[in-house]
Amino acid sequence: MIPSGFEYHRPNSVQEAVALLAQLGEEARPLAGGHSLIPVMKTRLSAPEHLIDLAGVSGLKGIRQEPGHIVIGAMTTQYEISGSPLLAETLPILRETSLQIGDPQIRYLGTLGGNVANGDPGNDMPAVMMCLDAEYQLVGQSGQRGVRARDFYLGAYDTARQNGEILTEIRIPVPPRGHGYAYEKLKRKVGDYAVAAAAVILTMTNGKCTMASIGLTNVADTPLWAEAAAQALIGTGLDHAAIANAAAAAETITDPAADGRGPAEYRTKMAGMMVRRAIARAKSRAQN
Amino acid sequence: MNDMTPTQAERTGKLEGLGCRRKRTEDIRFTQGRGNYVDDLKLPGMLFGDFVRSSHPHARIKSIDTSKALALPGVKAVLTAADLKPLKLHYMPTLAGDVAAVLADDKVLFQNQEIAFVVAEDRYIAADATELVEVEYEALPVVVDPFQAMAPDAPVLREDIKDKMDGAHGPRKHPNHIFNWQVGDKQGTDAVFDTAEVTTKDLFVYHRTHPSPLETCQCVASMDKIKGELTVWGTFQAPHVIRTVVSILSGIAEHKVHVIAPDIGGGFGNKVGVYPGYVCAIVASIVLGVPVKWVEDRMENLSTTSFARDYHMTTELAATKDGKILAMRIHVLADHGAFDACADPSRWPAGFMNICTGSYDIPVAHLEVDGVYTNKASGGVAYRCSFRVTEAVYSIERAIEVLAHKLGMDSVDLRMKNFIKAEQFPYHSALGWEYDSGNYHVAMQKAMDAVGYPALRAEQKTRQEAFRRGETRQLLGIGVSFFTEIVGAGPSRNCDILGVGMFDSAEIRIHPTGSIVARMGTKSQGQGHETTYAQIIATELGIPADDITVEEGNTDTAPYGLGTYGSRSTPVAGAATAMAARKIRAKAQMIAAHLLEVSEYDVEWDIDRFKVKGLPEKFKTMKEIAWAAYNNLPPGMEPGLEAVNYYDPPNMTYPFGAYFCVMDIDVDTGVAKTRRFYALDDCGTRINPMIIEGQVHGGLTEAFAVAMGQEITYDAQGNVMGASFMDFFLPTAVETPKWETDFTVTPSPHHPIGAKGVGESPHVGGVPCFSNAVNDAFAFLEAGHIPMPHHAWRLWKVADGLGLHA
Ligand SMILES: Cc1cc2nc3c(=O)[nH]c(=O)nc-3n(C[C@H](O)[C@H](O)[C@H](O)COP(=O)(O)OP(=O)(O)OC[C@H]3O[C@@H](n4cnc5c(N)ncnc54)[C@H](O)[C@@H]3O)c2cc1C
Repeated sequence: MIPSGFEYHRPNSVQEAVALLAQLGEEARPLAGGHSLIPVMKTRLSAPEHLIDLAGVSGLKGIRQEPGHIVIGAMTTQYEISGSPLLAETLPILRETSLQIGDPQIRYLGTLGGNVANGDPGNDMPAVMMCLDAEYQLVGQSGQRGVRARDFYLGAYDTARQNGEILTEIRIPVPPRGHGYAYEKLKRKVGDYAVAAAAVILTMTNGKCTMASIGLTNVADTPLWAEAAAQALIGTGLDHAAIANAAAAAETITDPAADGRGPAEYRTKMAGMMVRRAIARAKSRAQN
Repeated sequence: MNDMTPTQAERTGKLEGLGCRRKRTEDIRFTQGRGNYVDDLKLPGMLFGDFVRSSHPHARIKSIDTSKALALPGVKAVLTAADLKPLKLHYMPTLAGDVAAVLADDKVLFQNQEIAFVVAEDRYIAADATELVEVEYEALPVVVDPFQAMAPDAPVLREDIKDKMDGAHGPRKHPNHIFNWQVGDKQGTDAVFDTAEVTTKDLFVYHRTHPSPLETCQCVASMDKIKGELTVWGTFQAPHVIRTVVSILSGIAEHKVHVIAPDIGGGFGNKVGVYPGYVCAIVASIVLGVPVKWVEDRMENLSTTSFARDYHMTTELAATKDGKILAMRIHVLADHGAFDACADPSRWPAGFMNICTGSYDIPVAHLEVDGVYTNKASGGVAYRCSFRVTEAVYSIERAIEVLAHKLGMDSVDLRMKNFIKAEQFPYHSALGWEYDSGNYHVAMQKAMDAVGYPALRAEQKTRQEAFRRGETRQLLGIGVSFFTEIVGAGPSRNCDILGVGMFDSAEIRIHPTGSIVARMGTKSQGQGHETTYAQIIATELGIPADDITVEEGNTDTAPYGLGTYGSRSTPVAGAATAMAARKIRAKAQMIAAHLLEVSEYDVEWDIDRFKVKGLPEKFKTMKEIAWAAYNNLPPGMEPGLEAVNYYDPPNMTYPFGAYFCVMDIDVDTGVAKTRRFYALDDCGTRINPMIIEGQVHGGLTEAFAVAMGQEITYDAQGNVMGASFMDFFLPTAVETPKWETDFTVTPSPHHPIGAKGVGESPHVGGVPCFSNAVNDAFAFLEAGHIPMPHHAWRLWKVADGLGLHA
């Protein structure tokens, strides 16, 4: 429970942070809220020699609206997300998800950027970002690039982010007004990562589903975008059979680990169950 | 004196004595962060110790290389078994008559076992240095299953005692066998089973779990080489016993050993034993001549110091067709891990497991327990229960449910039919206990009325029909448990720890101005002793509880006692407190008579004073008497007003209770939600109802945790799983059900104030109640016994096995 020694750096700008990362190389890690990084350092599963704290970097915090998009700064905390009227209006699934992350102490410090950059399949926001087709803005010494959430996750703790890059903001296309949404998370207790969770957004027109997207948390070594599962809903009235088809399609792409949350078989079935429940709830919320 | 004579009720109220919902005095400092815990202690020159632990569950140690660690700046020493051997301290005796390794000698027997102790200038350097100690292992075959441990070809775990086929509790029948313990009439029991109309037989596994106090185990040892005196501050539930053990092990005379337990952040049995951390810190301080601190981290706590349970109980009942229980037979395979370090009274290798006939009048019974070694951490402590009582009660309360189901009888009716009747007390059980008092039928009826039992069963029936029709995916379980605890160890004729009788003690001193300091041999870890002992004294001596300071934990000032565990503080030290107070009151009576110039037979006690019989206006208050004790005594009387009592209880106390749980289970996810939990406790005289309710809330919360998911498991390779709060289920306020408490009062006839223990009752009664609720929910589907812990995924698998997901 005692980390190895490390140097602490506190840059003021993205440029400075990126320069530090470039200069210090492999052994340097950005530090955001610290609620994923510090625990793995305390158990010595990770021992970075340099921490580059992003808390003092200006311009990494905040939520703003652009035409067709919401842009959230990487250092915006989960607490700030759950309390934002703008997000409640445009992307209510973010509020619903952040309130299911950890507990209040964790949400006060934990950031959206840290949550999505971490690469832990247990984090809740990545599947939501895949569901929403968000894009991550990465800044490195050679400039800025955008990577879609759906392309970002390569394996457990392995993402498309290069070592020298910092995630600065997350751009999310705003779903149509009146869309239905739900984040269903099964967990053992408050503060626990999901046994399985599903993010769903969908739209209904004249009783038929015209758009749907589904993301899955913690049922494989990366978060999953369940494309076929969502496809099974399009054009249906979200009747029992359609929902069952979607759940079955979601289950087939899972490959969960067996751990204290249960055996793999259970977690796969729970992914399906969360999909069913999320669709049902999203449907009940969608304007027709 | 005063012109106004206050009413007796007012005077009683001012004392805040027995029965008062007095706020806990210790909470003023605890809630302001002003407690004083071991880790708050910082001494000049203090060093910090940390362990190198085994990555293997079973391996021969081929070599240990400490040179790189020693070369790290700030490292002062690295102890290994080789250093302890010349001091004969590489093994230490256990309370159970075995020995346990302090630092692994040539073999490790469980994962995370202590191999080397690094001592450094601060805890960061110490932690870094542990990684630099190189240990070379040769892996050996691993045994984690107690049944496999007894197989003829099982690997021999304890090579150090492989030729010692006579253990502390008789002959051993296998190198991995520790003891065989039998109680009761085997022949008589077998004969009843042979001819009984109805019998049941089930293997009830009570899984391995662990107490988890907020504060882990820790100590600071400080050797003063000039005075030749050793002071040890530590998280000790039984500080005097630790002093005696330290003196015996170290060879330092006991008056030169000072053991101090400051505030303790919870114990639950975890802080009874002696651990390698204590021994190593003491040795390091003796060797280096400076204070050494050792603080366990959470993973170390959960994976090494004293687990609980791991009892595999094959339980049988024999009964008539109409539900009269005729006999009970239990065989237990007890997994003790690598060493027999159970914290039980010396002569009780399976604790008080023979309370397993429960609250029922069972004419004949037989209990047999076999203890075995496995490649797991050692322990077997009474985690919030008296010694093995939670195992015993779980076993009988599950068996009752199984029998009721087999008979087609309501389990409450079956209990009512077999309860020991009020007029049978004191009741002698088939397995040798004398139950002091009880009124079970009344308690059960009160509980049934409170929860509306018949209506609940009716609702359950409706729900089952709806479930069968596919209208709901929720099952309704009604859990019932009725328990009898056995607490307050114990009479010295049959209870001792390392030869010291299990009495307890109190010393009370009244100062000239009438305030009091009192010291006991017990040690609160959160139970509120500073509040409740003061209330006993307040009522006995008529001094307001607010004028009484209660101190525990400093072995230099407190009288010798056996400590706090097994709900023994009120039954034993609480009794000593009342008895010491009564000695003082007897002397006060003589002083009062002298002051009032009457015979001592002419004065009588009245709440806070002695008054002349028939002349209530002529009196002396206890405060006045206290002053006189220092200046105006009857001729020839010794000055002062103080007393000590060492109380050797004539019997244990037997608190009991009736619990009900109503639970909904979602068969699609396996998630169980407790809708209602009602707990009726009878702990005899109630000293502080608020503290009792708090104890019940805490005990039920731990019961909920254990029944519904708290466990320490090992994989087949012997890796310990789930030893962190990520997986180890510690419920938060969100998961914890709302508790309803209730009570009846059946005083203990042999306790000076009629009180029994209570702190552990809710755990003992709670665990089977939750488990019975789960089992009851599935019983109409003929699910058979569903083992604990009842994680969602396990319940989902039960539902899956019953075809409920098809
Ligand atoms: C008890 C507990 C319970 C929790 N429960 C949940 C839960 O239910 N659901 C959930 O989703 N999470 C949970 N978490 C994790 C929590 O949400 C973390 O806060 C979050 O995962 C990481 O955010 P952070 O700001 O703390 O990042 P940090 O821990 O500081 O960083 C995490 C990783 O991301 C990198 N990083 C951070 N910011 C950037 C950036 N801007 N650019 C590049 N790299 C960056 C860091 O280098 C590090 O590798 C829990 C944590 C704890 C301690």
